[in-house]
Amino acid sequence: MNKRKIEETFFKGLMHAATIVIVGSLFLILWTVVSKGFHAFNWDMVSKVPEGGFYIGKGGGILNAIIGSVYITVGSALLGLVISIPVVLYLNVYSKKGSRFASATRLAFDVLFGIPSIVYGAFGFTIMVFFGLKTSLLAGIITVTLLIIPILVRAMDEVVRVIPFELSDAAYSLGATRWETAKVLLRQSVPGIITALLLSFGRAIGDAACVLFTAGYTDNIPTSLHQPTATLPLAIFFQLSSPIPEVQERAYAAALILTVIVLIISIAAKYFSKKFSKNKI
Amino acid sequence: MINLAPHISVKNLNVYIGDAHILKNISIDIPDKKVTSFIGPSGCGKTTLLKTFNRLLDRQNDVRIEGQVLVDGEDLYGKDTEVTHIRKKMGLLSQRPFPLPMSIYDNIAYGPRIHGIKNKKKLNELVEHHLRSTALWDEVKDRLHSPATRLSIGQQQRLCLARGLAVEPEIILGDEPTSALDPVSTQRIEELFLQLKDKYTLVLVTHILRQARRVSDYIAFIYMGEIIEFGLTEELLLNPKEQLTKDYIKGFIS
Ligand SMILES: Nc1ncnc2c1ncn2[C@@H]1O[C@H](COP(=O)(O)OP(=O)(O)O)[C@@H](O)[C@H]1O
Ligand SMILES: [Mg+2]
Repeated sequence: MNKRKIEETFFKGLMHAATIVIVGSLFLILWTVVSKGFHAFNWDMVSKVPEGGFYIGKGGGILNAIIGSVYITVGSALLGLVISIPVVLYLNVYSKKGSRFASATRLAFDVLFGIPSIVYGAFGFTIMVFFGLKTSLLAGIITVTLLIIPILVRAMDEVVRVIPFELSDAAYSLGATRWETAKVLLRQSVPGIITALLLSFGRAIGDAACVLFTAGYTDNIPTSLHQPTATLPLAIFFQLSSPIPEVQERAYAAALILTVIVLIISIAAKYFSKKFSKNKI
Repeated sequence: MINLAPHISVKNLNVYIGDAHILKNISIDIPDKKVTSFIGPSGCGKTTLLKTFNRLLDRQNDVRIEGQVLVDGEDLYGKDTEVTHIRKKMGLLSQRPFPLPMSIYDNIAYGPRIHGIKNKKKLNELVEHHLRSTALWDEVKDRLHSPATRLSIGQQQRLCLARGLAVEPEIILGDEPTSALDPVSTQRIEELFLQLKDKYTLVLVTHILRQARRVSDYIAFIYMGEIIEFGLTEELLLNPKEQLTKDYIKGFIS
């Protein structure tokens, strides 16, 4: 065999191996969660809040954590979008091509993106202490929003930035204002915005460090923004730390529920992003 | 040299991008309701000059523009000049068609809508009228609500022309509008240009000499950011006065 052929075979093998390792680990994770969790799963898990003695293996479920996670994730995703869309539009429409301030802003978001979530959690906690607030749904939402804004901005910026300059030129040359032009660019970016939302959803719903000090934990479903709120990652954490086997098993059931929620969101996102990409240039 | 009423009048225009002096002391009167072509080797500044006409050059950082561009006597770079109303006066065709990310119908209706036309019947009329005037109507009348991107490149370019016409401009700017098109589509665009010059002032950038010859009344030859020669098409092509123009036409500079 000549050198090129050996190279070709080698890299082909490498790519196969890498793909198998990745897909394999994904299935291993899923299998662990499903096999261990399915056993402990019952409908009470998703329909009841913890009853007395839940944490020593008695009845009830984790509806409080499911609802809490959904509240925090949806709340922070919406709040995050409201804040990050204007940032992305500023970077791409209102600032000039090649603007240094825009580059500096992008760099700042890259740095924020790399900050571990426990730091956001600690930051949120500091703010709460400063204002004398207790752990609450609101504090959780705000902290998680801080965590996902860099994700949203980066992911959306990535999409809006590669839209050809000529598309906005076209809108401008029809007499569109900057805001009207921004709307055209947003339309073009809907699939990308959905992907960004999905990324941030996944990050927000799975993050324990952000909500640990800020949202707190409770067995009740919150009825106002000022009440503490349970979340799935913390539900998993608390149950897994228990010495009682039944409670530990429930942790896997909770992990299964979390995984299924993420899966449903991914599939829904895929569907909507496809639906909205038909007009894309 | 040219005694017709100018539609666009450029006076001592200098453009710098960063430290580079891109356009050097450009002065030219572009006549009303004629086709004027800018020719010249690539990188000589044709696109930049065109972009000073609809102020799209401002979108770039580090651009310095000195001098005047008068459209209908109004200085584009005046202090209180309102940009959107100037851009509305000029349709733009770029090198490659860029339909808006919406349906064929909405592409044409976009301009009228942002300028306040809401009436459905009126919009329908406008869409049909402009699709007809760009010879697209018969090709697309059954799929007005399908995405504009499903059209061929040639059809997309005509759609972009129709979309521009729908805001009732006075001037049409084309930056090598046929460079991405096949010969048949190119010919159709050229035919449209010839029809349009009764009603519009056309400014065309091209590096195809034969195209400049086929469609334009006047030609300006640009070289390294300067206008070397400007005159009637036949005169400039058959009887150039400047050595640089002669060399370019003979194919010595490209
Ligand atoms: N953003 C920019 N920064 C620096 N130089 C630029 C920029 N855009 C264009 N130029 C330069 O300006 C000159 C004219 O470009 P252009 O107007 O696009 O030429 P043409 O359309 O005739 O090919 C070229 O030399 C090009 O390198
Ligand atoms: Mg060019």
